[in-house]
Amino acid sequence: MPVVETDSVVIRFSGDSGDGMQLTGSQFTDTAAFLGNDLSTFPEFPAEIRAPIGTTAGVSGFQVHFGSKKIYTPGDEYDVLVAMNAAALKVDLPKLKKGGIVIANTAGFDKKNLNLAGYKDAVNPLEDGTLEGYQLHKIDVTRFTKDCLEGSGLGTKDIDRSKNMFVLGLLFWMFDEPMEYTVAFINEKFAKKPEIADANIKTLKAGWNFGDHTEMFANRFRVSPAQMEKGVYRNISGNQATAIGLIAAAELSGMPLFLGSYPITPASDVLHELSKHKSANVKTFQAEDEIAAICAAIGASYAGGLGVTTTSGPGMSLKAEAMGLATMLEIPLVIVDIQRGGPSTGLPTKTEQSDLLMAMYGRHGEAPLPVIAASSPADCFYTVFEAGRIAIEHMTPVICLTDGYIANGTEPWKFPAASELKAIKAEFTVAPNGEDGIFYPYRRDENLVRPMVKPGTPGLTHRIGGLEKQNETGNVSYDAKNHEVMSQLRAAKIEKIADDMPPIKPDTGEETGELVVLGWGSTAGAIKTAVRELRAEGKDVAHVHLRYINPFPKNLGELLKGYKHILIPEMNNGQLVNLIRAKYLLPAEGFSKIQGLPFTMAELKNKILEVLNNN
Amino acid sequence: MMSDTAVQAATEKLTAKDFASNQEVKWCPGCGDYSILKQVQTVFPDFGIPKENVVFISGIGCAARFTYYMDTYGMHSIHGRAGAIASGVKAMNPELSVWVVSGDGDALSIGGNHFIHLMRRNFDLNYLVFNNQIYGLTKGQYSPTSEKGKVAKSTPFGSIEVPFNPSEIALGAKSTFVARSQDRDPKHMQMVLKRAHEHKGTSFVEIYQNCPVFNDGTFFAYSEKESKKEQSLYVEHGKPFIFGANEDKGIKLDGHVPVIVDLTAPGASVNDLWIHDEKDKTKANILARFFDETFDGVSFPRPFGVFYTEDRPVYEGEMQAQVQEQIARKGKASLDKILAGDKTWTIL
Repeated sequence: MPVVETDSVVIRFSGDSGDGMQLTGSQFTDTAAFLGNDLSTFPEFPAEIRAPIGTTAGVSGFQVHFGSKKIYTPGDEYDVLVAMNAAALKVDLPKLKKGGIVIANTAGFDKKNLNLAGYKDAVNPLEDGTLEGYQLHKIDVTRFTKDCLEGSGLGTKDIDRSKNMFVLGLLFWMFDEPMEYTVAFINEKFAKKPEIADANIKTLKAGWNFGDHTEMFANRFRVSPAQMEKGVYRNISGNQATAIGLIAAAELSGMPLFLGSYPITPASDVLHELSKHKSANVKTFQAEDEIAAICAAIGASYAGGLGVTTTSGPGMSLKAEAMGLATMLEIPLVIVDIQRGGPSTGLPTKTEQSDLLMAMYGRHGEAPLPVIAASSPADCFYTVFEAGRIAIEHMTPVICLTDGYIANGTEPWKFPAASELKAIKAEFTVAPNGEDGIFYPYRRDENLVRPMVKPGTPGLTHRIGGLEKQNETGNVSYDAKNHEVMSQLRAAKIEKIADDMPPIKPDTGEETGELVVLGWGSTAGAIKTAVRELRAEGKDVAHVHLRYINPFPKNLGELLKGYKHILIPEMNNGQLVNLIRAKYLLPAEGFSKIQGLPFTMAELKNKILEVLNNN
Repeated sequence: MMSDTAVQAATEKLTAKDFASNQEVKWCPGCGDYSILKQVQTVFPDFGIPKENVVFISGIGCAARFTYYMDTYGMHSIHGRAGAIASGVKAMNPELSVWVVSGDGDALSIGGNHFIHLMRRNFDLNYLVFNNQIYGLTKGQYSPTSEKGKVAKSTPFGSIEVPFNPSEIALGAKSTFVARSQDRDPKHMQMVLKRAHEHKGTSFVEIYQNCPVFNDGTFFAYSEKESKKEQSLYVEHGKPFIFGANEDKGIKLDGHVPVIVDLTAPGASVNDLWIHDEKDKTKANILARFFDETFDGVSFPRPFGVFYTEDRPVYEGEMQAQVQEQIARKGKASLDKILAGDKTWTIL
């Protein structure tokens, strides 16, 4: 059978929540990564844990984009759609490429499933011409799995659960990838249930053999290894990267990590991950609510640790008052907001960038805080590490923004050695800082940073609190002028953080030109891909991407002035664009998407072309 | 049992003055808080803890200003959250002697959720609630402990709410130390504070505190000479419940129902009375309910003292033990190993 070389492929595994699509997708991903492909993934699941079986509400999808070239997004459209039932086809068909491959489990297209999926009069889309123009492969995966496991002694339920392995085996065959990695995984996962392990492996191989022996497929595909930088890689999701970034910041500063958190989608995985790492001297505290979570973190920081709280939008709202306290106290604190669709419960499992203005301004009083944002799953590591550095070295709470898209998405990561990470300067004051032998808790250094003191240090007992501080002494002061001085000092301290920052440069393209696409956060991959393609087509476009949003890099205004047009795509109703226009008085144009979904490359390309052509 | 924090005795014994900060105390004249501050500063030297190892955490309210007046480490935080902040402090550094100072509104209204969870977790810290049954700092609204019918700024026609009984909540929330004292009984308060300090676990101490401006005299029945002996009951472990102007009344249990006994009546004997047992939770629950007319409409004297104590592992100890156990099992995790995760591959 001929094998066709291709440089990148997008596969969408789609099925019912209980069909094991996340596992199937991640196993395929790990194997592709192991073979040296670059890749990006996008798991998408319903908000309900077990939505009614067979309905469109219960569809769970896992998208993987892998290639022999650099991959920055999970892909706009898929080349292959695996649809385990009618609902999955209904939900995901719109984004299958014209001429793309559909692998449909026919057992999921019986009358009952068609009705549940809302196909009118149970008309089967596999039969009625709906899929004309696509390469349709109808396979009764459920029956083949049953046949394959007949006599295995397993119950119907366990047999049915193995059917995702049939699909995985078939996909491995289609893309000429070995099964060894998954076989090892299954043996490890079901070490205590060898009969389940055997059933899964048997089904996996049956899927492979089905591809190999039937003449259903005209050819196979091969995606050669990508030109990746040499080194050791791992696969990482944004939430994993956030967790280990926090561990790294604690280790490199010598301040023990304390996470105060309350479960919330999509942030809970950071709590789960960190709670596994007790042997790294990590303390995790599942608090009674979001408020207690941040307050406990403030307490831990006050006692000399690196206090961290992780949450998502609704939790951020609840933490706002405590952020005001931490701003007043001027103590280190990292607040990670893994954004989701809002307001209110909104779209808990979908992504959005709509908490930016809340991060900037969502506190009572004048309470400026540093705000930084991660741009990819692996970048969550560096961004949260940087948040820890700023928090400790500048004695301030720091808000670190990620979102559901990169939190759950994964990519290969050439992780650093611990020795390559820059130490964080954590200096505890142990002696009075006044000439008179008196300790002044709010006397500042050249960066306007006040001393950090651990309770337990002799000779430095002092009180801090939420009431306005007298400059230097930190005593309670209601003096009018002092309040203005202190408000301005707190603001100037945050502004000074920009002194440490490297000047910002275009990620892609020139430092001047016709149009710059200015992005922040998780839109990086889609913007980069779109801008690179347009530049290859000869367009004068550049891409600048922000990690630091408050304060902005010092040269940002100058850089932006070098372009005729500024386009700011955001997964919100236009938030960064307001900040840029207000700060630099530049006529930046926003481009909003508020669908709970990331931008596609095509959407961005079209918009950029529209701006270029209309001007 | 002595607290771990007490192990490091100061070389020179401190005095009450050493615990007074240089800040001017700004409560209203006659406020019960002055007495509480004085008793705390009086007993602290006896604890033998260097003052730098003491941390006061308070929320918001008149009581919360306490922190500024102690020359220790301290944080005057936000309304209702002191317990949550103190949890983080104690988790990060179990060596510190942590004291939360709160009021009835701070602890039981805005901080109610944190309060109950703090009690069940049992960090080794002390939680003082200055209960004046009124909101003072916001100038006189009814509080969650104000009696039903309370006429206050926000209840001109009387409160229609039934009040909380703090001890009952603390017991229900699995507190391991529950006690009550009052501002106008310095010696008793000192005793209770010492007991709280010595208890390993979260020590909940309710202190009746007079607010001379917005709720003057609300506890005088329990503290003033004329009525004190009839209206209050001082409980002590191993001793019978006796009260009355001439110590002529006692309380016995009839099944689960407390009954007031006239000790002068023929046949009445001290031997029949309820003997206080701090370890008996069932009885502590009944004792805590000497609060309103719960038992067949009979009014009981208000109890003071240590109602209940229990030995239970402390949260920070269990937290630390898990860390130590994991380190012992796997060795201290190296950052390089964590960075690499479980599975890696190499691009050559």
